[in-house]
Amino acid sequence: MKNPFGKITTLEAVMEQFHDGMTLMFGGFGGVGSPPTLIEGILNKGIVDITLIGNDTGFPHIGIGKLVREERAKKVIASHIGSNPIAGQLMHTGKLEVEFSPQGILAERIRAGGVGLAAFFSDIGMDNELVSKNKPRFHLDGKDYLIETALTAEVAIVYAKKADEYGNLIYDKSARNTNPLVAMAGDITIAEVEEIVPLGSLDPDEIITPGVFVDFVIPSKGVNWKWAWE
Amino acid sequence: MGMGVEFRNQMAKRAAEEIQNGMVVNLGIGIPSLVPNHLAKETMVMFHAENGITGMGPSPAIGDEDENLCNAGGFPVTLTSGASYCDSAISFGMIRRGRVDITILGSLEVSQSGDLANWIVPGKKVPGMGGAMELAQKAKKVIVVMNHSDKYGNPKIVTSCTLPLTSAGCVDLIITELAVFMVTEEGLLLTELFTPYSLENVIEKTGCEFKVSENVREIPY
Repeated sequence: MKNPFGKITTLEAVMEQFHDGMTLMFGGFGGVGSPPTLIEGILNKGIVDITLIGNDTGFPHIGIGKLVREERAKKVIASHIGSNPIAGQLMHTGKLEVEFSPQGILAERIRAGGVGLAAFFSDIGMDNELVSKNKPRFHLDGKDYLIETALTAEVAIVYAKKADEYGNLIYDKSARNTNPLVAMAGDITIAEVEEIVPLGSLDPDEIITPGVFVDFVIPSKGVNWKWAWE
Repeated sequence: MGMGVEFRNQMAKRAAEEIQNGMVVNLGIGIPSLVPNHLAKETMVMFHAENGITGMGPSPAIGDEDENLCNAGGFPVTLTSGASYCDSAISFGMIRRGRVDITILGSLEVSQSGDLANWIVPGKKVPGMGGAMELAQKAKKVIVVMNHSDKYGNPKIVTSCTLPLTSAGCVDLIITELAVFMVTEEGLLLTELFTPYSLENVIEKTGCEFKVSENVREIPY
């Protein structure tokens, strides 16, 4: 494999990107589409006080849930923590700060961050105290809206099916979910992929995330957890 | 009253009547997931999942699961002809833009003005709203399928919700094991009874006043 853009690397080499107190955005939905090898690497490096940003906290033994279970996160910005009871316990005992955002609004906040916008107007959850708390309002064409702010992170980690040597990504079925959005929103984006292919072997029409957004690509060792349905 | 298979199927079957050919439909977990079993074979429906599938089919056979093809609840599904994948922003774009015709979901409480409370029990269960707020607020039609009473026998259809709202005034139709109500400008209108339950049974178990249609349809168990 040639490496003309220097993006193809190893888990060991990208570990220097992760540090205590960092903001870390992750792709995945209930663990589907979360990068198992990177999560294991972060777990093994022992970093703490992470602010996690992603759709949900997975399950205690699945996806990003492992980091939550090991109390590596100080804060989570997510739409749902119900499938990870440990996240709920940590929240109730004050060990984990949780900021809830409606699922599609969270996705859009990540997308906004990823495409260089500061904020957008939303009418979702306006009458809900938890959603509307501390958010400025804007009046436009006779209607009120909440101002929802964009999200970015120091590092974004995603899971894709294939990358070429430029970091162009395609995803696998519903494991796409938040990954294309998260891929755009990292100051540094690391893609863990099932297969790395030569330049020119992906059809330009099928690429979902242009390699422009991807800084590093590492090979995946595959899912290392048992799914809830298994 | 327990929530036997018979009740669950009756409610799912009634909810299925609302689905017309060509609709985009999002189903919640629990009883709503039984709705596809009651659709006529010739009805073409695109089932939408928040995680980015339009055109979900039934569960795969055991052994045929694909870990990367799951519904929003994380369980393996299949696809129907014409299905597509998209990212989560597009998926919720479909919802907010009003392209989802019906959402069928469960609830903890529904008020007489159609307020929905289905996401939080303060001090007990705070799982987060997931996609419920967007679906409740933006799906063209919101159908609640739920037990008439909670496990302590308290009514779940109430004058005003005691639990925090998912969304105010969003519910269009309530289907319980006893009856079907439309949410109208003037409050609830009972339109159907699942016999042998009587109007008196429903009044006794409902936490608010409601009107009764002039032509109540009786659906036998």
